[in-house]
Formats: sequence, structure tokens, C-alpha cells
Amino acid sequence: MSIFVIAEHDNAALKPATLSAVTAAVAAGDDVQVLVAGSGCAAVADQAAKVAGVSKVLLADNEAYANQLPENLAELIVEVAGSASHIFAAATTTGKNLMPRVAALLDVSQISDIVDVKSADTFVRPIYAGNALATVQSSDSVKVVTVRATAFDEAAAEGGSASVEAIDVVKTQDIASFVSEELTQSERPELTGAKVVISGGRGMQNGENFALLEKVADKLGAAIGASRAAVDAGFVPNDMQVGQTGKIVAPELYIAVGISGAIQHLAGMKDSKVIVAINKDEEAPIFQVADYGLVADLFEAVPELAEKL
Amino acid sequence: MKILVAIKRVLDANVKVRVKADNSGVDLTNAKMAVNPFCEIAVEEAVRLKEKGQADEIVVVSIGEKSCQEQIRTCLALGADRGIHVETDTELQPLAVAKLLNKLVEKEEAGLVLLGKQSIDSDNNQAGQMLAALSGMPQGTFACKLEIADGKAKVTREIDGGEQTVELNLPAVVTTDLRLNEPRYASLPNIMKAKKKTIDTLTPDELGVDVSSGLKVLSVEPPPGRSAGIKVESVDELISKLKSEAKVI
Repeated sequence: MSIFVIAEHDNAALKPATLSAVTAAVAAGDDVQVLVAGSGCAAVADQAAKVAGVSKVLLADNEAYANQLPENLAELIVEVAGSASHIFAAATTTGKNLMPRVAALLDVSQISDIVDVKSADTFVRPIYAGNALATVQSSDSVKVVTVRATAFDEAAAEGGSASVEAIDVVKTQDIASFVSEELTQSERPELTGAKVVISGGRGMQNGENFALLEKVADKLGAAIGASRAAVDAGFVPNDMQVGQTGKIVAPELYIAVGISGAIQHLAGMKDSKVIVAINKDEEAPIFQVADYGLVADLFEAVPELAEKL
Repeated sequence: MKILVAIKRVLDANVKVRVKADNSGVDLTNAKMAVNPFCEIAVEEAVRLKEKGQADEIVVVSIGEKSCQEQIRTCLALGADRGIHVETDTELQPLAVAKLLNKLVEKEEAGLVLLGKQSIDSDNNQAGQMLAALSGMPQGTFACKLEIADGKAKVTREIDGGEQTVELNLPAVVTTDLRLNEPRYASLPNIMKAKKKTIDTLTPDELGVDVSSGLKVLSVEPPPGRSAGIKVESVDELISKLKSEAKVI
């Protein structure tokens, strides 16, 4: 059985979510190979070769893969990994964009966002915003799977000694082109990998008030998240959204400030180890999942928290 | 240009899900059903393109049991021109849905296909990408902005680190994110008018599509419960509990 993991990277560094996908791949079988496709991305292949559990790294370095356009990448993956037993990738926006295209070209189903590997052909995945867990079995020749990164530990980034093999497969579709990218700049830890997350909701009232959360985040080394209400109201950019349709986080500590706790938000954070809710409405559903709840006006409690930490 | 919009009938987003006692699935008996929220956004976008004169006709497609026609009617009331219902009692996987849609795209010669980025029941986030693969079309997934000009679609996509813009040759597949637009409500006159619009019914057999799947659901279970914790009285007590009891700071 050979298992391919599609590396996610920005042509310079491997994304941590790939390490979680490697862990899931190792749970499904041996001979885990990593495919690194990009442009000027040899450094990423070297990093992937050091990851524990990886037996081989394939490097497809070409301008055609510079921006990870799925139209080109899917064709590459089908040619390089199409006869593998499994193809895994992290369930990030990149993996979600790419993998169903790969699966359809191979005429197999894709299994999205798995949280557990029961065996080489049986996986567990959440449905209905995490309100049910489905165990699914695939009889397809190739199992195409995306992995929920927060459900698997990251494979050790050092300790492996895989060989890197350059492959010369160029697939260019010329039906789609990259125009531009606008990334949110932040000094803080990445939301999905942070140990502590503090999130604000509609109760924050405006974008300026998110500065209150920053003071707490600075003290705790936390990432800042948001509910859909806060994003839709324009308080913060959408890449900060935690929930069914945003990011899934599972930090050690999640502090929900001014968030009511709708089903769709809980879907993104209810696997956090410890949940704290600060809300002035004691009936808010968030208190039903919070380990520690403080019924208080956030505009008093949050500055006090920042000061006393 | 003709726009094909695929829509799905799902459990209403605000309904609390109950898993069946025999773990065979989710209990949908007498449950409130609705158009999947992302699909509503796709319909709205199609209607706006038509209002701007960039589309001539909007065809809305739904695949599933007979009751899907209610949701097709809803979309006709929102401004779609006609409906196609592919009737099947089998619960289909995204690959089968993509194959059926691919046949309809060919048949209708659609210039643009709009879908939601995911359905809120199965949470797969696959059908649009699969359709794009099968038809050889480019894909603009998780769209928060869509502009059509000169035979191309310029799509701004929500990605993990921010936003990305791509340009796609038409025909193309675009899947909608929440931020693309705010869907309108259907007015009573439009609901009345929608009753006169046509819905064609087809079957997977008539389209020549094998809808069998290599995927089998073995069981559906409720997730491990999370019990309510305690209420603290003050910020001091909160900090002390987090330090000494939970040991997370």
C-alpha cells in the first residue's frame, strides 16, 4: 500500500497542517510518500524529507504549480499518485479546493475532513455541523481523503530521512490563472494551530473594540478569532471566522467573548480542551458548553482580565 | 449566457439535529426543511447577474426525492426562470451529483454553473469541484466576489490566510461563500408567479448516470457530550481556576 500526502506550503515552508495529515496517513498504512508541487519549492521538499514517518518525497517544481491552481495540480496528482492506495491532504481551503477535483478525475468518492482512522478503508467524519459523527467505509480503489488537522497530532518535523526525487511532469490547463492574493498580516500565532484562542462576537460592537481582546491575547500568546456575526458586521476579516464554514480550532484554552454560541460557531470550537465564556446574557447557549462561565459586561471584564493576567 | 444553479434541500440550519436510536442516520421525520443557505446565495448571485444583463436565463436544478420541488419553487420565486428536478429516492454522494449535473450542463449548454460551497447537512464541500473536474471547466471555489467580463469570470476567493483572486475562462464552475451576497426574500407576487414556471422532471436513468457509490455509511452517532461547567463570580476567580484547576495558563 502506498499512501500519498499532498504537501501544503507557500513555496518556502511546509504548513503544519500537512504534519497532521502525515499522522493520519501513517495510521492508514505504511509507505507514506509526500508530493511537493510548487515553484522554487526545493526547500519545502527538504523539510518534508525530515518529517518522521515519510519514506519518500516527490518534488514537482514548475511554474505551472506556483499558485497551487487545482486545474493543474489535480492532473499532476492523478498522473503521479493515481495508482496509490490512498491520497491524503489537510482539510484546509487549499485541500478542500483540490482534492474533490482529484477524486472526480479518478472516478472515486472523496472523504472530507476525517477526525479518525478506524482502518485502511474506514474513517470517521463529522456531519451536520459536528452534531453527528458518521463512520464511513470506502470500497474505492483509491481512497481520497482530507484530514481535519486539529484531530491528529502533528508528525515530528525532524527525525525522518526520506529521499527527495525530482519529477518532471508538467500539466498546464490554461483555463484558469492566478491574479492576486491579499493575505492578512499578523504577528500572532496562526489561528488553527494556536494553544490559546480568544474570540469576539457581535457583543464586541465594533472593530476597534477587538483591541481589548488583543491585550489579553498578548498576555497569553493567543490567536484571535471571531464569530460569523462579527465577520459579517465587518468588525474583522473573514479569515478569522471560527465555525462550521470558517476555521476549526481545538486549542488548550478557548475564550469566547460576546459570542452567543450558535450551532454553527460551536462546530468550530467545541473540541477545545477548556472553554471559557464571557457574556452578559446568562441564557446564552455558549454557557452550555463552557467549562467556566462569567456573566459580566465584556467591556469591564476583558480589560480587568488583561490587567490581572 | 445561461446560468445553471444547483440547489439542495436540507434540514433547516436552526434545527437541532437528532441522531436516530439505531444509529442509521439523522432523524428527519417532520423536520423543518429549507434551501441550503449557500445555495440561496448562489441563486441570489445568478439573479443579480441577470439583473445586470449578463445572463439571459437561470435554470435551477435539484436532485433528490419528490419534496425537493418545494425548494425549487422557492428559488423560482427568488427569480430563477425554470426548474429541473432529478428525482431519486437514494441519498446520493457528491460524485453522483456531479455526474448528473455534468449531463445537465452539457444538455443546457450552461455558460456558468453556480453552487454553494457546501451543504450544511453532509458538510462535504465537494460537488462543485467534482463537476468542474468532470466537465473540464475551471473552478472558483469559496467565492466572495464574482465579476463576469469578456468571456471570463474574475473570482475573489476566501482562503485560510485572506483572499485570492483568480481569472477563469467561461464556462466555469463557481461555488459561493457566505460573504458573496445577502439573499433577498421572495415577495408574495413572485411566489404566485413562480407557480406558473415550469419544472421538468428527469431520472438518473434518463440521464444515463450510474449513481452507485463506493462509499458506505456504517453508522451515525451523536458526538461525545460536553457537560456544562461552572459559573464563576469574578475575573479573579476565573484566573485562579484557569491557573490551579484547569492548568491552561
